[in-house]
Amino acid sequence: MSDQVNLTIDGVELSVPNGTLVVDAAKMIENPIPVFCYHPKMAPVGMCRMCLVEIGLPVRDRNSGEPVLNDDGTPQVSFRGLQTACTVQVSEGMVVRTTTEVVTKAREDVIEFLLTSHPLDCPICDKGGECPLQNLTMEHGKGTSRMDYSLKMKLDKHVPLGELIYLDRERCIQCGRCVRFQEEIVDDPVIRFHNRGRSLEIVTMSDPGFDSYWSGNTTDICPVGALTTADFRFGARPWELTPVATLSPHCPSGANMTFSTRREAKSGGRSVIKRIMPRQNEPVNEIWISDRDRFVHHFADAPDRLKKPLMRKNGQLVEVEWGEALDAVAGKLQQSGTAVAGLSGDRVSNEDMFLFQKLFRQGLKSHNIDLANRRLAGGDVVAKVGISQGSNLLNLGQGDAIVVIASDLHEEVPVWWLRVKQAAQRGAELVILNLRPTRLDECSRNVIHYQPGQAIATLRQLVNDAKVAAADADNSPIKAAADVIMQANNVVAFYGAEGLTYAETDAVARLLANLLLIKNEEAYAGRPNNGLIPVWPHNNTQGAWDMGIHPALEPGYKPAAKPGMRANEVYAAAQTGALKALFLLAADPIGDGLMAGRGQLDFLVVQELFLTETAAQADVVLPAQSWAEREGTFTSGERRVQRYYPAIQPVGEARPDWQILAQIGERVGLEKPAFAASLVFRDLAKAVPQYKGMDYRALARVEKQWPDVGGDDLYYGGNAYENRVGLGMQWPAAAESGAVDHFEVADVDSELPGKVVVVRTAALFTPGTLINHTELLQARMAQPTLIIQAADAAKLQLAQGEKVMVEVAGRGVETAVRLSEDTPEGVALLRGVPYQAGLTELKVMG
Amino acid sequence: MLLQEKYPEEIKGILARFPHKKSAVLPLMHLAQEAYGFTSREAMQEVAQILDLDPTHVLSLAGFYTLYYEEPVGKFVLEVCNDLACALRGADEFVQMASRKLDIPVDGTTNDGLFTLKTVMCLAACDRAPMLQCNLKFEEHLDEAKFDALISRLRAEAAAEKAEPSIVEQISAFAK
Amino acid sequence: MHKLEVYRANGGYEALQKVLNEYQPGEVIDIVKASGLRGRGGAGFPTGLKWSFIPKAPGEKYIVVNSDESEMGTFKDRELLEKNPHQVIEGAMIAAYAIGAKQIYNYMRGEFMGIGQHFEEALKACYDAGILGDNIFGTDFSCRMYGYYGAGAYICGEETALLSSLQGDLGQPWSKPPFPAIEGLYKKPTVVNNTETLANVPPIITNGADWYKSIGTAQSPGPKIVCLSGHVNNPGNYEVEMGMTFHELVYGENYGGGIRGGKKFKALLPSGGSGPVVKEDALKAPITYEGLTPYGSTVGSASVVVMDETTDMVWAALKMVHFFKHESCGKCTPCREGTFWMERLLHRIYEGHGTEQDLEVLQSVATQIKGKTLCALGEFAVNPVLSTIRHFFDEYKAKVQGGQKKVAAKTAVPTPTD
Ligand SMILES: Cc1cc2nc3c(=O)[nH]c(=O)nc-3n(C[C@H](O)[C@H](O)[C@H](O)COP(=O)(O)O)c2cc1C
Ligand code: SF4
Ligand code: FES
Repeated sequence: MSDQVNLTIDGVELSVPNGTLVVDAAKMIENPIPVFCYHPKMAPVGMCRMCLVEIGLPVRDRNSGEPVLNDDGTPQVSFRGLQTACTVQVSEGMVVRTTTEVVTKAREDVIEFLLTSHPLDCPICDKGGECPLQNLTMEHGKGTSRMDYSLKMKLDKHVPLGELIYLDRERCIQCGRCVRFQEEIVDDPVIRFHNRGRSLEIVTMSDPGFDSYWSGNTTDICPVGALTTADFRFGARPWELTPVATLSPHCPSGANMTFSTRREAKSGGRSVIKRIMPRQNEPVNEIWISDRDRFVHHFADAPDRLKKPLMRKNGQLVEVEWGEALDAVAGKLQQSGTAVAGLSGDRVSNEDMFLFQKLFRQGLKSHNIDLANRRLAGGDVVAKVGISQGSNLLNLGQGDAIVVIASDLHEEVPVWWLRVKQAAQRGAELVILNLRPTRLDECSRNVIHYQPGQAIATLRQLVNDAKVAAADADNSPIKAAADVIMQANNVVAFYGAEGLTYAETDAVARLLANLLLIKNEEAYAGRPNNGLIPVWPHNNTQGAWDMGIHPALEPGYKPAAKPGMRANEVYAAAQTGALKALFLLAADPIGDGLMAGRGQLDFLVVQELFLTETAAQADVVLPAQSWAEREGTFTSGERRVQRYYPAIQPVGEARPDWQILAQIGERVGLEKPAFAASLVFRDLAKAVPQYKGMDYRALARVEKQWPDVGGDDLYYGGNAYENRVGLGMQWPAAAESGAVDHFEVADVDSELPGKVVVVRTAALFTPGTLINHTELLQARMAQPTLIIQAADAAKLQLAQGEKVMVEVAGRGVETAVRLSEDTPEGVALLRGVPYQAGLTELKVMG
Repeated sequence: MLLQEKYPEEIKGILARFPHKKSAVLPLMHLAQEAYGFTSREAMQEVAQILDLDPTHVLSLAGFYTLYYEEPVGKFVLEVCNDLACALRGADEFVQMASRKLDIPVDGTTNDGLFTLKTVMCLAACDRAPMLQCNLKFEEHLDEAKFDALISRLRAEAAAEKAEPSIVEQISAFAK
Repeated sequence: MHKLEVYRANGGYEALQKVLNEYQPGEVIDIVKASGLRGRGGAGFPTGLKWSFIPKAPGEKYIVVNSDESEMGTFKDRELLEKNPHQVIEGAMIAAYAIGAKQIYNYMRGEFMGIGQHFEEALKACYDAGILGDNIFGTDFSCRMYGYYGAGAYICGEETALLSSLQGDLGQPWSKPPFPAIEGLYKKPTVVNNTETLANVPPIITNGADWYKSIGTAQSPGPKIVCLSGHVNNPGNYEVEMGMTFHELVYGENYGGGIRGGKKFKALLPSGGSGPVVKEDALKAPITYEGLTPYGSTVGSASVVVMDETTDMVWAALKMVHFFKHESCGKCTPCREGTFWMERLLHRIYEGHGTEQDLEVLQSVATQIKGKTLCALGEFAVNPVLSTIRHFFDEYKAKVQGGQKKVAAKTAVPTPTD
């Protein structure tokens, strides 16, 4: 059978891939067939009946199988009643009619039916203005309803499905999109239909209600205003909202999102963020975002944002003018000679990071530049064998393999978890190496739980096994996994840092790189849909590597002539007095337990959004703009450089990080500051060879995406999904343009620090500087928990639910004990606490 | 854990009948209703746990199917068919009579917790109307006198605490 | 007959033995095809043809017996299961052999649990006697059969809803394709047959297709169990030869014995609530799949409900529409909303508060449901409305004009509930 099928829709001939649904074929020629239950991301169910059309098939002779012709030589076509375009696949010679009287009447009829129980409360509905039901009623409805108001059903209007999502029972049209999304897409079937017939109703029995990291997405795909977020309900009318493109401020997937903003009198005419919705970027996050990304924006407008520069005078931090603060910072840094260091957080933009390292390297002649909290190594390895340009995890399926090691993607990067899980559902083989079970295990036939301390040894074994020929049936699980990988057409490998030290993650990255390079000439590395993906802890850790936020690597991975101090050396030097001045950009090492205090530092400057624990001890605090107030670029773990845009006016006198850094730079003798982020980007693209060819205009390029779910559409009636301002650009890994040598892997000895070792595990909602400002999420925040086997707990005399103080990063944290047989022997998992590297001894304090 | 304590053998037997255990959800819900008296939250949670289902799935089924009672019911649930075929033979009047005799409205439960009266759609016994099912047992060719006799018998049974296995239990026992 | 010894003494399981020993699966299908047996579940689909759609390739396949029997006025499968369960089991096993299935489920409505005891005992006796299990009658045919009980939902009689329910999902139908023959239970090829259909199979094997065809009419061969209820003297199940007239059924000595209390005949529902009502003229029609076509109705599963002159037809329509509204699964819009709307309108008309416009809207809503629903339940729901309006328009007219009081003072009518 050929791959293409020819058919006619309303007289237009077209050729589409075999297996295409009629509804999609019509969309391709921009003759959309109205739908409610159909959503191109989910299997069709044909329940709303909105898409009824006439479908005719060519008549074939019973004996010869040849098409029967009319007198005029055209093929005879037989039509059989109305059929749902969303469930019927195209076939050769099919004739579809969507404009006949019968079809027009059917659409009117179905709309009339839907409206019999729908309240006509559009003027006060959150969906009004971007509502498919409203749009399709205007287009296809009769304009009147014969259903008496007195015969209508009156139902509950504000039913909380949980504290995040509300249901308006009257508005629900029982399309099932929300239920199917939860079951089919994200595999959290925590909402369902209850009752039957006209009494069908969405319910949940989970605790907390609607317990899923993805719940907000149902409000986007709901074709009416039945589901709304607690955040946005009655917040604004969609037509008053201005869409502004943005990116996740947390997540290394680079999830594309849209702010919906509105100018408000009560905010003095300022634009206010009313909500965040996904923005379509098929290779990145399709149209899905996690609830963390959706609800996190409240920090931008938080009342405790820093609004003016602060300087310590007589022991007190007092507000000062920018000039005074900048002069002081520049003067103090210069006075400190080379005993200065700059540590950055990994959430700021490429432009910020580029100017930060430039200030130190060129302005202050210091290589003491690092990330304040460096958890995961291998950026240099990724530069060589990272996932190739043109890759899309959506392309992985049957015949491909995905490796995940030392990471719980569901908690760390939910978008990647989703895409990996879906690849597995399409037939991709997953090879999971972790020291404990994670949610991906259920999608994998190759799960290896290594002993604590055995990650490297296990991976080394896997790589060695992969080098030898496929074994027969009774091989070890590791050999079996190695065979799966070596037999795959494409291999993508994710690596994280759970339970590993920085040095260990470096070894992991290198071993995985070698795995991707085994097949020499046809190595996986360098081909589209192949390569390494680091599970970075933040949205722009990748950018930090690219920009040279590293004591030994300058922008573009150029080795530094004389490497500077690493972050932990900086913290130590601050205590001894070897370091005089420290500049912290978007980092809170004291709050995170990385730095004991300001120690012997002469001068501490912190550039931040909030008065963090560290900022409170600083000499100068510089108020920075949040990502919502300014523009910039982040680079995702798939090395996709993407832009984000300003949505609201600056808070107080806060300035963009890059601007502050440029103004300090000018004061220490660097050139006059650029006046726009785009110009900083132009400079950095010159300094970073990998970013060659990129500029703000190129990053803003878009092309038509499929499925077409964007603006004024059948699937969503608003303007948030549509990606109008850029799909971003991936930079090429070295392997794409030439051979890459195998990597040397240093021996790292992993000794167990105690009988019961602590492994810090990630939770999506772990308290942090940004997320703590979203009131709505506080009930879902991961509480400090110590998860341990019953047997180990007994030895330690710990009981279920008991509260114990445990040492985390040098401080005591009160945790609740939870018994779980999923935890391996000799391991205590710590959830909901700040990051802590490697394995540590379990120390229960008093 | 009431369900697993009461019917361990039945559960095992039921599970053995299907290649996918989700299929066991209706039989287990019948049993759970037996154990808990109605499909209470705990009952649904227990079924979900046995079958590795999300509890909301069980809740969804409890709402869809009319034989699961989401609210507590009397010891004896009297479900009178008053669908058209039975109504042609006096079922509606029979319901009124029953309601009057038990002194409860349709869907009500007697104060002593013994009887719940419901009306239901056709039970496939139209030739024996008026009829009802009492805890799934068909009582056919009824009239006022037979209804009175039935009620007295059930009252006596309840007083004697005679615990004959229920129909659900008897059917489930075949899976042992 | 529900005891295995009795059934065997009467030649029971000989057909199965014959099939296992003498016929290839394909031959069994050919015999059933040749017999002209048509499905007794309502649609009258040729049974042999249905079996032949099952792919020949090896792999799991299923036979599912449809004993959901929830159509108003239908009570034949119930009696079969109670009185003659072995014939159903034997028929199902022959079907399993014919299509290559090793697993049979009998889906009974939950309310049949009491009745199901007989069926379960029959199954147990078969397992004990080696008639079910491995290597049946020493052949390499192995087969298991289990009873399954629904929980109160008419829609689960629709085959795809039944399969969804049996899989542990909501009992809602799915949009075909995929057809059960290709992707049925657990996405495996599946035949769903009515209980009575399968009970017809053993005698066909024993006596041959020609014998079967000699009963009934050319297009509707064989015997048929007719469920007779309503205002007749002798309600009950009657096995009749297809082709007998409805008149004979209602008035015949050996059948209905005439209208109760000597009242006059008014109307008859030939297939429970789901088929259009017919008037006296249709009594001369034969009981066949085609016999009622000229009268705009169908025999369906032959659940004949007779109504005498005292019956208020608006009331009857309301009862039936209430049924469909109550049983609509809610999956598709026209059925979910349309049955609800029709019931509300009908109720208002019945109560005497309706207007001419209500009547018009009622008729148009019914018409507007037609041809648009996901499964046939929605189509069924329209029939009581349109057929009563067609035949008894005067009664509606009288009600909306507020002239005539209710024809028969009926009480405890269903009230629309939310
Ligand atoms: C709403 C609805 C209810 C049905 N109920 C039953 C039923 O109770 N019993 C039955 O055998 N078939 C019922 N059917 C028909 C079945 O879908 C199916 O056609 C039948 O089981 C096939 O068996 P047969 O070919 O042996 O008749 C129903 C169909 C619909 C649409
Ligand atoms: S809540 Fe919205 S998405 Fe869910 S079924 Fe109702 S209309 Fe559809
Ligand atoms: S039935 Fe096709 S879109 Fe709903």
